[in-house]
Amino acid sequence: MVAKADAVKAGTKSSHSPASNSKPDLSSISSSFSLKTLKLKTKQQELLIRVTILCLVYILAFVTRLFSVLRYESMIHEFDPYFNYRTTLYLTEKGFYEFWNWFDSESWYPLGRIIGGTLYPGLMVTAAIIYWTLKFLRFAVHIREVCVLTAPFFASNTTIVAYLFGKEVWDSGAGLVAAALIAICPGYISRSVAGSYDNEGVAIFALLLTFYLFVKAVNTGSLAWALASAFGYFYMVSAWGGYVFIINLIPLYVLVLLITGRYSMRLYVAYNCMYIVGMLLAMQIRFVGFQHVQSGEHMAAMGVFFLIQVFYFLVWIKHMLNDTKLFQALLRIGVTSAVSVGAIALGVGTASGYISPWTGRFYSLLDPTYAKDHIPIIASVSEHQPTAWSSFMFDFHILLFLFPAGLYFCFKRLSDATIFIVMYGLTSMYFAGVMVRLILVATPAVCLISAIAVSATIKNLTQLLRGKTTQTMSGKGTSGTRGFSKQQGSVDQSIPFLKDGARVLLLGAFYLLSRYVIHCTWVTSEAYSSPSIVLAARGAHGQRVIFDDYREAYFWLRQNTPSDAKIMSWWDYGYQITAMGNRTVIVDNNTWNNTHIATVGRAMSSYEDEAYEIMRSLDVDYVLVVFGGVTGYSSDDINKFLWMVRIGGGVFPVIKEPDYLVNGEYRVDKGAAPKMLNCLMYKLCYYRFGELTTEYGKPPGYDRARGVEIGNKDVKLEYLEEAFTTSNWIVRIYKVKPPTSRW
Amino acid sequence: MVKPATTKDDAHALFHSLRSAYSATPTNLKIIDLYVVFAVFTALIQVAYMAIVGSFPFNSFLSGVLSCVGTAVLAVCLRIQVNKENKEFKDLPPERAFADFVLCNLVLHLVIMNFLG
Repeated sequence: MVAKADAVKAGTKSSHSPASNSKPDLSSISSSFSLKTLKLKTKQQELLIRVTILCLVYILAFVTRLFSVLRYESMIHEFDPYFNYRTTLYLTEKGFYEFWNWFDSESWYPLGRIIGGTLYPGLMVTAAIIYWTLKFLRFAVHIREVCVLTAPFFASNTTIVAYLFGKEVWDSGAGLVAAALIAICPGYISRSVAGSYDNEGVAIFALLLTFYLFVKAVNTGSLAWALASAFGYFYMVSAWGGYVFIINLIPLYVLVLLITGRYSMRLYVAYNCMYIVGMLLAMQIRFVGFQHVQSGEHMAAMGVFFLIQVFYFLVWIKHMLNDTKLFQALLRIGVTSAVSVGAIALGVGTASGYISPWTGRFYSLLDPTYAKDHIPIIASVSEHQPTAWSSFMFDFHILLFLFPAGLYFCFKRLSDATIFIVMYGLTSMYFAGVMVRLILVATPAVCLISAIAVSATIKNLTQLLRGKTTQTMSGKGTSGTRGFSKQQGSVDQSIPFLKDGARVLLLGAFYLLSRYVIHCTWVTSEAYSSPSIVLAARGAHGQRVIFDDYREAYFWLRQNTPSDAKIMSWWDYGYQITAMGNRTVIVDNNTWNNTHIATVGRAMSSYEDEAYEIMRSLDVDYVLVVFGGVTGYSSDDINKFLWMVRIGGGVFPVIKEPDYLVNGEYRVDKGAAPKMLNCLMYKLCYYRFGELTTEYGKPPGYDRARGVEIGNKDVKLEYLEEAFTTSNWIVRIYKVKPPTSRW
Repeated sequence: MVKPATTKDDAHALFHSLRSAYSATPTNLKIIDLYVVFAVFTALIQVAYMAIVGSFPFNSFLSGVLSCVGTAVLAVCLRIQVNKENKEFKDLPPERAFADFVLCNLVLHLVIMNFLG
């Protein structure tokens, strides 16, 4: 840092000294306002520039996430955020103790759900604290506004942490670039737009904060920083289940440092304090419970903890003995006995079942084919599919090729911090390749490493432009990686076109960065700002048409059904129904009970009379289905139907998937399987649809989402009656008739 | 493995050289070492008790053991930071190291008291 400040100082002094030494006269003040006229010293100028950049980046990160609030309204998006909103509402109304001990009988009828013990409270408590702070300052905002804007606020905070982290790993220039990159990177924006009130919004902030504090603790060796990183870890555990990544990456990092011989006393202090205090704090969250000592996913941290004790004990003994021969013997005995004891303990624990094996969610990360064969619920979620290259390009743009360049720079200047960031980048990129959703976890690492590449390259190019011939030029001679490789060795005035080449490269770099900004803003505006609960389309004359059917249906439920009515629908809509419709549901997005979901799936795939039996046994009053045939909406229940069959068939063998397919093909037109044409889901979706003309020139009963004319137009319902269909036929609600009297 | 005869001699020589090297350490470090041994010993007693009686309030057992292990580990960190021979920490005043130690122990025991149940 000091050398670069001197270079900057020398540079600016040489070019600016005449202006700063002379007194500014009236004409110069009135003509232009520049930093020179403020008579600031160079260090203060630099500080001013840095603070200005950080403020602008902070505001930018917040503002770029507001597209959907400006286009639609300030509302909560998608499915999961509605549950988080409902729990936050409960927390602010009833207080923390009621929230912590809440048993909810309005979902998973008749089982209920222990909400207090099965959620990650970090997000709700954070939003509630912000709400209470604003109320204390006499700003009367509704809790929904706080919930909608929590994610952008924490995205802004993430940029600050990214700046500090970049400063720790490389220098303040890289920190500024990292903050700017992460402010607009689409990989992060996708889960933190305004309205996306989900755990990842605060979890990424907590993740980066924990990593920054830990790297700071390793660099300084101070117990205070290690304690801070333990608190950061606690916040992460309270916010998201992805904390498992932290508790496995940090021990892996410690192991790598031990093996490569880069260990030091500071590492011992940092890791031990963080592990013990962090583990204890994490066990205070009821959902996590005792997993830190009982679950296979957390055993790596414990193993490394014991290993580090043995290792440092041996190092200490070696330091006290001055005879290497004796020490070798001791080392052999010590290490083999420690490792064998550890292996035996692990084996006994795993075999006896005390240490639980890796759960399906995380095991499918190591073996991507596992979920498809064994756990259809995990396999059916679209976010859990493996990532395509186009997704990487879409979410990262130029960062994708700056990432290897940054890795190169990190390897050239290895230190504890750069080793950490390299490991974080590589492991997170592997997981991002396995599951689309985890691109989010890789985004901070990719932004940081790319920032190192950008900052180092631009620094070298500008130094070339200024004609600096001092220090470290020989090592950075090959920095112009985009061609023009004539700049080998030290700067030499005899190399022709050196400054022109540097100028061209610098312009190229700025062009690429500006394209990145354009791409990110375009992606945010087009792809990641849709609320999913309100749909929009272009009408015939180009005007915007809004489909607000979901909310229409939920409010119909809220106002027209008895308050103890029970609604059966597919699990996707459960959270929204309880939050907006305020009615009891049978299954919801928590998907904790596979058999219950399979029961609903079986009911949807059976003939009407069998389904009626199942619905009577569950006390169902209303059934809700989502149908996209009139509008061409393709995420409706008919398209999800095969998953209902698979999940139902997984528990009840009476439901067989081939019954619904014709030659392995899924069809709803005349050639469809007879079981398909008469099952409950088909009947409920296509009731009265056969009389409707949906598109000019097509026969009545033309399904616009599947693009075919339906096979069974004459649907008659015996045990249900239609209660409500929304204005665009997207949500359809049916009432289950009570059993007919005996006479 | 090593031949049995030389192992015994090795062990003796090891023991003696360790003893002589250890007696040269300053007294304050020896006090910290004694504290670490005491904490680990307490943890072992708790584990033995759990083996006899069973682990029913598991959170109580965990908090007991982890408080002993935690304070032992923090004392080792203090020893590392206070030891004059460690070049990395020569700028750190021992008062600051002790203050950090007290703060971390305070947090540790507050969490333990919440976890005891």
